[in-house]
Amino acid sequence: MFEALSQRITDTFRNLAGRGRISQDNVREAMDEVRTALLEADVHLQVVTQFCEEVAQDAVGRAVTKSLKPSEEMIAIVHQRLVQLMGPVDSHIMLVEPPPTVLMLCGLQGAGKTTTCAKLAAYLKKSGRSVMVAAVDLQRPAAVEQLAVLTSEVERDAPGAGSIHFYAEPDKCAEYGRVTGVAVGVSRRALAEARRLKVDALILDTAGRLHINDELMAELGAINAALRPQQIFLVVDAMVGQDAVNSARVFHERLAIDGIILCKFDSDTRGGAALSVKQVTGAPIKFVGIGEKFDQLQEFHPQRMAGRILGMGDVVSLVEKVREEVSEQEATHIAQRMAEGRLTMDDFLTQLGSVRRMGPMKQLLGLLPGAGSALKNIEVDEKQLDRLEGIVHSMTAGERRDVKTLNKSRVKRIARGSGTTPADVNKLTRQFQMMQKMTRQMASAGVGGPLKSIGELSRTDSTRMPGVQNMPTLRAGGSTRTVSVKQRYKQRKKK
Amino acid sequence: MGLFTATVSAIRRSLTRTREALGTPLGDLLGGRSLSDAVVDEIETLLLSADLGPTATTLIIQELREARRAGRIDSGSDALEFLTDELKTRLACPDRGLLFADSGLSIMLIAGINGSGKTTSVAKIAKSLHTSGRSVLLAAADTFRAGAVAQLEIWARRLDLDIIKGARGADPAAVAFDAADAALSRGVDVLLIDTAGRLHTQANLMRQLTKIRNVLAKKIPGAPHEVLLVLDATAGQNAIIQAQLFKQAIDVTGIFLAKLDGTAKGGIVIAIHDALDIPVKLVGLGETADDVEIFDPDTFVEAMLGVEKS
Ligand SMILES: Nc1nc2c(ncn2[C@@H]2O[C@H](COP(=O)(O)OP(=O)(O)O)[C@@H](O)[C@H]2O)c(=O)[nH]1
Ligand SMILES: [Mg+2]
Repeated sequence: MFEALSQRITDTFRNLAGRGRISQDNVREAMDEVRTALLEADVHLQVVTQFCEEVAQDAVGRAVTKSLKPSEEMIAIVHQRLVQLMGPVDSHIMLVEPPPTVLMLCGLQGAGKTTTCAKLAAYLKKSGRSVMVAAVDLQRPAAVEQLAVLTSEVERDAPGAGSIHFYAEPDKCAEYGRVTGVAVGVSRRALAEARRLKVDALILDTAGRLHINDELMAELGAINAALRPQQIFLVVDAMVGQDAVNSARVFHERLAIDGIILCKFDSDTRGGAALSVKQVTGAPIKFVGIGEKFDQLQEFHPQRMAGRILGMGDVVSLVEKVREEVSEQEATHIAQRMAEGRLTMDDFLTQLGSVRRMGPMKQLLGLLPGAGSALKNIEVDEKQLDRLEGIVHSMTAGERRDVKTLNKSRVKRIARGSGTTPADVNKLTRQFQMMQKMTRQMASAGVGGPLKSIGELSRTDSTRMPGVQNMPTLRAGGSTRTVSVKQRYKQRKKK
Repeated sequence: MGLFTATVSAIRRSLTRTREALGTPLGDLLGGRSLSDAVVDEIETLLLSADLGPTATTLIIQELREARRAGRIDSGSDALEFLTDELKTRLACPDRGLLFADSGLSIMLIAGINGSGKTTSVAKIAKSLHTSGRSVLLAAADTFRAGAVAQLEIWARRLDLDIIKGARGADPAAVAFDAADAALSRGVDVLLIDTAGRLHTQANLMRQLTKIRNVLAKKIPGAPHEVLLVLDATAGQNAIIQAQLFKQAIDVTGIFLAKLDGTAKGGIVIAIHDALDIPVKLVGLGETADDVEIFDPDTFVEAMLGVEKS
């Protein structure tokens, strides 16, 4: 459904002469691609239009840097502008004196507020802060129970010295529409309790509501007036579409929100709503939620977000994941070997092991550029990876050090030992040697890191991006591509 | 089917209310105007804003242009008619009724991503079925999320229905199995199974869902009879792949489009219908158990485009 934007832009520039400058003509076509990419990513239409105009103006007449092609220059401009619009990075939670600092979470139904409350509590606990979490969603059945359980889990299991408290008035809960306004009193009493216990922060979990529900919006307004929260966060589902601007605008108008938290970012959504919401509120994107556990809250990185919106994958996250898994020592060791072109099969095995420790391949693929559609729908063949490991394990220490020592009979032996065919073994060694050669060149480019060579080993093509050289594109063996919507439409039309 | 009192106007009310708040209905916009490029652009804007997505929108606009070139349409109102027909055709489905077993127990499995509205939708369906005279048993197979079982329990109490539940952390497939057992021995008409929210990218959780399905199919041939994917009407383009992967995992037979009472148009279901042939069966229009309607493509499309029915 979606090819990496870089590819599409490259294509639009392919036939254009006059490479030295970006011209009015060639920019228009490229901007069409950008526009589609942004719309596919759910960026709001108006935001898209404005963005494209600005970027086009900015781009025309720009001399193309010597080392770049016009297409690359264009992508760099688009990327930069996106980063600029989504920044700056600000994940700081300001705590006031005297305490407590009141944090209020609000948003549409099902956005992820309650889970985020627990995450914020865990986040503050880690930095030694005492926190009270108050359940002021009296409306959704069992919302109070949910928060109670999550809070006790944070208290019990989350690292850090801060104490965790929970405030609720379960008897106040009632059916939809029957409790409107009651949350104000509960919030007040929660604040009194937070003061009494002298906690550093009070986090309010409010009921999800529609921005067009005046009564419920007025209730939030009343809580705001009564408690004067220092920070009001709007919680937004990262998979939301065009309507994100409508709800965000109203929430912002009524409450002047201080920050945005994007939830369910561990999905494969391109997350363009982030840009829309940022644009209409001007409030910083504080955090992103990347899972259901209380520690799955991350600071926001505009760079990665930009890449993701543009369908270029979240390479940085992937690299970071690798970093987490691979010890510093291991990494430097491998980097050094790469630089010297002395990468061995043992190193390869270590790398493959590290990658696989990070989780199922499929999840990792979601972070990769170009994985946007084709790869996500398929089951990655973990067995294929088992086979690769099997092959290396069947090699002798000497063979692993230097694959050039392999001859026909050795290959046969390895194939037998690993339950594969000689062709499989040859393929691996061939690719490995190619990788060796490349890593030598890449090491000098400086991006390095263990990830890349793994990617190279099974890459089908590499898309060159300014700043991110040779982004790996994994290929899952023997997979079927799913038919894109577009193709289906075409098929339908033919019928 | 007669299960729901399809007060068609309810959807339209909610959709038009928001249209009014947000801009001129297309009907007014196009009225007597000639079909200039500017008007076509406005139509495109409207489709994109409704979350139809650039792919589907481009195709529809292309067809519109072709029709104009061929002389089949030449005024704004022609275009409107063309568009309405086109979208309705795309949503066409011979039978939108919920699927039941020919005789005996019918099982409905409800799934979707986190927070899409599954549990509330279970309550809505349960109430409608119950009101229409069927005996209903609920199964709380969301054993993962804190408070999820309690949430469905509260609904069961409100609706005066029985519920089978698993302890937190229990195997949801086992809960589903036990619930099917209970449903058989109690001789109820319909068993509704609520499942934990999960992202379509979580392969292990999707496999778990498949397992639930398989366990039911093994126990009762033909079960689950209805498999509903609950989609949030505010969802963007990602919902296409969502639907695709849920379909792969549990062979979804219909979509429950929740939260259509907001300002989102839910246009993504058109793209989903096109790509995957999954019909929308029901829509959710609020937070009480009564806020549910049978999906009516005509109303949906007309409300989306702001066309008043003559
Ligand atoms: N406005 C509105 N809210 C809904 C609708 N369906 C569900 N909700 C709300 O969305 C939130 C999440 O619903 P829930 O059923 O718990 O979602 P689940 O996590 O998928 O089971 C709750 O606050 C519900 O009240 C709907 O049709 N309209
Ligand atoms: Mg639920």
